[in-house]
Amino acid sequence: MAKHIITVNKASLQETVHTGGCGECQTSCQSACKTSCTVGNQVCKK
Amino acid sequence: MNIYKFYANGLYIVLDINSGAIHVVDKMTYDIMDVFDGSNDEEVLAAFAGQYAGSELTEVLGELHELIAAKKLFTPMLEVPLTFSQKPLVKSLCLHVAHDCNLRCGYCFAGTGDFGHDRGMMSKEVAEQAIEFIIKNSGPRINSEIDFFGGEPLMNMDTVRHAVAYVRRREIETGKKFKLTLTTNGVLLNDENTQFLNDNNISLVLSLDGRQAVHDNMRPFVNGQGSYDIVLKNEIKAIKSRNDENYFLRGTYTACNLDFAADVLDMADQGCTQLSVEPVVSKDSKYALTEEHLPKLFAEYDELAKVYLERKRNGQGFDFFHFNLDIDHGPCVAKRLSGCGAGHEYLAVTPEGDLYPCHQFVGREEFLLGNVADGVKNTELPNKFRQAHVLNKEECRECWARYYCGGGCHANADLFNKDIHQPYKIGCELQKKRLECAIMIQAVLTLESGK
Repeated sequence: MAKHIITVNKASLQETVHTGGCGECQTSCQSACKTSCTVGNQVCKK
Repeated sequence: MNIYKFYANGLYIVLDINSGAIHVVDKMTYDIMDVFDGSNDEEVLAAFAGQYAGSELTEVLGELHELIAAKKLFTPMLEVPLTFSQKPLVKSLCLHVAHDCNLRCGYCFAGTGDFGHDRGMMSKEVAEQAIEFIIKNSGPRINSEIDFFGGEPLMNMDTVRHAVAYVRRREIETGKKFKLTLTTNGVLLNDENTQFLNDNNISLVLSLDGRQAVHDNMRPFVNGQGSYDIVLKNEIKAIKSRNDENYFLRGTYTACNLDFAADVLDMADQGCTQLSVEPVVSKDSKYALTEEHLPKLFAEYDELAKVYLERKRNGQGFDFFHFNLDIDHGPCVAKRLSGCGAGHEYLAVTPEGDLYPCHQFVGREEFLLGNVADGVKNTELPNKFRQAHVLNKEECRECWARYYCGGGCHANADLFNKDIHQPYKIGCELQKKRLECAIMIQAVLTLESGK
């Protein structure tokens, strides 16, 4: 077990390069902000 | 830039930008990351020889090399298929069903509802044409969205009711699914309207600015009287009637309430759990945010993040839109790079049926795209917006937050820089601060859960 580093997530953006892009997700500015764009907190529909 | 590190709330955090991996590290590793580039172990050992024991440094370097091998550190820039450069599909419409409002909010980008034009209501016919427009232009996509917006959309409930019935009928006929949202100031949110919105599964975005004095200062009625008492009563009742689900209580903070964390917490203290409070976007006004305000605003986000965690721990948690971050199953890279979709995937429709890149561009005549009756006539602008993605903006391409923010708001970039490729600086700074808080929060919650 690592002594100095703890990785807290299993994210791999690379893996979504080939699986993503379906476009079924919600528009990022549409739900709760309407004044600032944020995509990091969107939910994938897949 | 491939690595970003920051210290927040007692945690040393290293983000591997291109994989999205988040590492919580000790102080020694944090220091080493100032020198380590993935292959210069000897340089690291020499640089920290007087500060840390050699055996410890070697241990850290070993762990760092394991992460590199696992593609979780110094991951190279992604080769991304530009799915967003293909044929544009419209998947989201903002219907301005009323260009009129019963409030006179000081910071309203819509010019208190009229968007610089005559006050007017969208007819049922235009609403139908808009729905047909999105059905036709969304191609094979199943999921689409319509937001009933204004001005104040509850001032035109006849059209809202008609449009909802029409959408639901067309869903059955076309196989498409529409997520419906309504953004309201809450003044006309009576029992009858609330029942309709609940019965039709319409998400609500409810405006409230937090503490009464803050709210009333910016959100008065036409006669100048504050709207807080009426709005709060209506919105709380509506939220309870839908079991505290399917809504956001949304506020705007300005230079008049730089201590906005108190407003977020005031909203939480009212018993509401789905909260979003945003910085005002304004030029040259007494309430506009400036770069001088940033240190105070950063401190507010830090404070809010601490209280957010405390309340989560003691069972009084709330959700804050900008702290929501799914660090394991977030959106795909294509989505992250393509941004908000304004101008090609997302359009706004005026009461007359005119199409604009988004609700904030309405009234900026050089951005008129066409009309729902005969479609988009200005085909150059959608292409320009589609190409204005993160990788095509110089400042965004090198920014550590490039996979989280979507490249910022085009309307704000145009407002401040007259160029949708040049992001609005204050917006960027606040966005990055919010992301640091969000990453820290998720790291803390993960560590505390023992996963």
